[in-house]
Amino acid sequence: MDNLLDRALGLDGRGDRWPLLGKVVLVEDCVETGGAFVVHHIIKRFLSPQPAAASNHSLILVAFSQPLSHYDRVLRKLGCNLVAQRDNDRFLFFDMLNLRFPDRDDVKTGSSVLVSLFEKIYNAVRALSAEKNCITIVIDDIALMEVVANGSSDSVLDFLHYCRTLTSEFDCSVVALNHGDIYSTTEKPMLMLNLEYLSSILVRAEPLATGSAVDVHGQLMVFNKGEHDRQGTPGSKVHNFHFRVKENSVDFFYPGGRG
Amino acid sequence: MATPRTRASSFSRNVPSTAAPQVPGVKSGPNGTLFLSSGISDLDKILGGGFPLGSLVVVMEDPEAPHHMLLLRNFMSQGLVLNQPLLYASPAKDPRGFLGTLPSPVSSKDDKPLDRDSEQEKGLRIAWQYKKYFGENQPNSNSQRDNKFEFCNEFDLRKPLQRQFLSGQRVECMSTQDSSDLAALHDRCATFLKQFFRTDGNISGAGRIAIQSFCAPQCTYFDKEWHVLSFIRSLRSMIRSSNAVVILSFPPSLLSPSFSKRLQHMADTLLSVRAIPDEDKDLAKLLTGYQDMIGLLSVHKVARINTQVPIILEAATFSIKLQKRKFLVLECLNQAPVDGSSGTSYATSGSCSVSSKGGSLDF
Repeated sequence: MDNLLDRALGLDGRGDRWPLLGKVVLVEDCVETGGAFVVHHIIKRFLSPQPAAASNHSLILVAFSQPLSHYDRVLRKLGCNLVAQRDNDRFLFFDMLNLRFPDRDDVKTGSSVLVSLFEKIYNAVRALSAEKNCITIVIDDIALMEVVANGSSDSVLDFLHYCRTLTSEFDCSVVALNHGDIYSTTEKPMLMLNLEYLSSILVRAEPLATGSAVDVHGQLMVFNKGEHDRQGTPGSKVHNFHFRVKENSVDFFYPGGRG
Repeated sequence: MATPRTRASSFSRNVPSTAAPQVPGVKSGPNGTLFLSSGISDLDKILGGGFPLGSLVVVMEDPEAPHHMLLLRNFMSQGLVLNQPLLYASPAKDPRGFLGTLPSPVSSKDDKPLDRDSEQEKGLRIAWQYKKYFGENQPNSNSQRDNKFEFCNEFDLRKPLQRQFLSGQRVECMSTQDSSDLAALHDRCATFLKQFFRTDGNISGAGRIAIQSFCAPQCTYFDKEWHVLSFIRSLRSMIRSSNAVVILSFPPSLLSPSFSKRLQHMADTLLSVRAIPDEDKDLAKLLTGYQDMIGLLSVHKVARINTQVPIILEAATFSIKLQKRKFLVLECLNQAPVDGSSGTSYATSGSCSVSSKGGSLDF
């Protein structure tokens, strides 16, 4: 069953091709309203699509913020078994959580970590695409990647630029989570502006203006740059709706439209 | 409050209380998490059970009042009473001196039930609509009392903790002022956490780390923002794989806003404390019991480990009060009635339907 988020992301099509191929999806959230559930939703949709095209989807998860056990439990409740997928070589987990704390001497470690990480991703993508697989790279999250890079947003941007080249080279898609409110007081948040420019779909999770509620956990703004409007002319479209996160699914509904 | 109810879906597993792990002071929660007590029973209830093992709790300090110390003290005392190892780091020259200010548990068994009863009577007299809360508390505290170790003790803030709890080898203290960077603290935490490394299934013990006034200006690493952040990132990854809880307080007003936001994002549970001004006439008119309040506690984020569902609390801000000048309690803010008539109408509409649980307080 399709919901509002699927429709906004363009996942409601009946084609056997993954609709986000070649695209960069950026999810922005804030302290009050986490956006991780959007990432979980995309992972779940990607790994368990309509049965026909299911077998050749492969996912690479670059995790800076949570251990595998967390993702495994969350996704299992959504109906997707990551461990089984990993055994089928359809799910690759890059654990960046347990990176070493940098010492005084090695200031350069930050960017070199990202360089070696990209090498690993590149090799994995090349190996997977040789088997004609359809690949998605998920990065959770960019704010922590910046910390790993010792605050060098240039190396983070370089990394993401390289990831973006993969989307055209191997036709894979990139999904990244970032925290928008970190940059709200920065005068010229180059990293965020660049990311928003690079992305083809921007999803922003925000709390309700009226505060938190039990029935409505927040609102989503989906800005789909590559969407065609009703006349068929290319343009961008903004979707706004509310959501409520549950263990096994997420409810999406228009403001006030909850039955 | 309503937290446990919102969390349980109709398909949640009904964990019997006997299945709880045999380690004192550890209680099992939803999604395979285990809880440690914060040392304040009201805070445990608000957070839906306590602090989950493997989580990072961040407290944002008030620049004008040391209310974060209340949270730290109770958290540390609770750990020591349960014989859980503790690592305490502070920017003070002599961190071990702080241990002398830790509150002592109310040990005598006869003291507590008496206290409960008087509390109930008071509830009946002043605000019978809070009956629903007592209904929830009662079975919980009864079952806990049977065990030798309680999950959460009550602490008398006026009495210092007995020497016997401090004398063991289980307390480590360290001053963050001495070292020029955080590598020393990091190593200390790493060795401390190594003994609680999580292996599948069985848990042998739980540890507590309290870091007070992290990035206070007197520390030399104060201006190395990225160094501090990568320390916390690393601490967070270590704690995730161990059976321990880290509580860390920091002064957000002294840090740049984006840095403070980054810290808040890394927190699993995010709390903030605020002092209330002494003579705020408007606030005094607005809230009942203003005279007894010593501060406000806000819950910004509740830990979400192994789940994607956020926990939405009924209220995010609570008043910190001292009951009988001894016990720390947290209460919902109650709006003072504007006049007599509005109070009754609120009562009739709100709580009669809720009070269906039965008991001596039913109308």
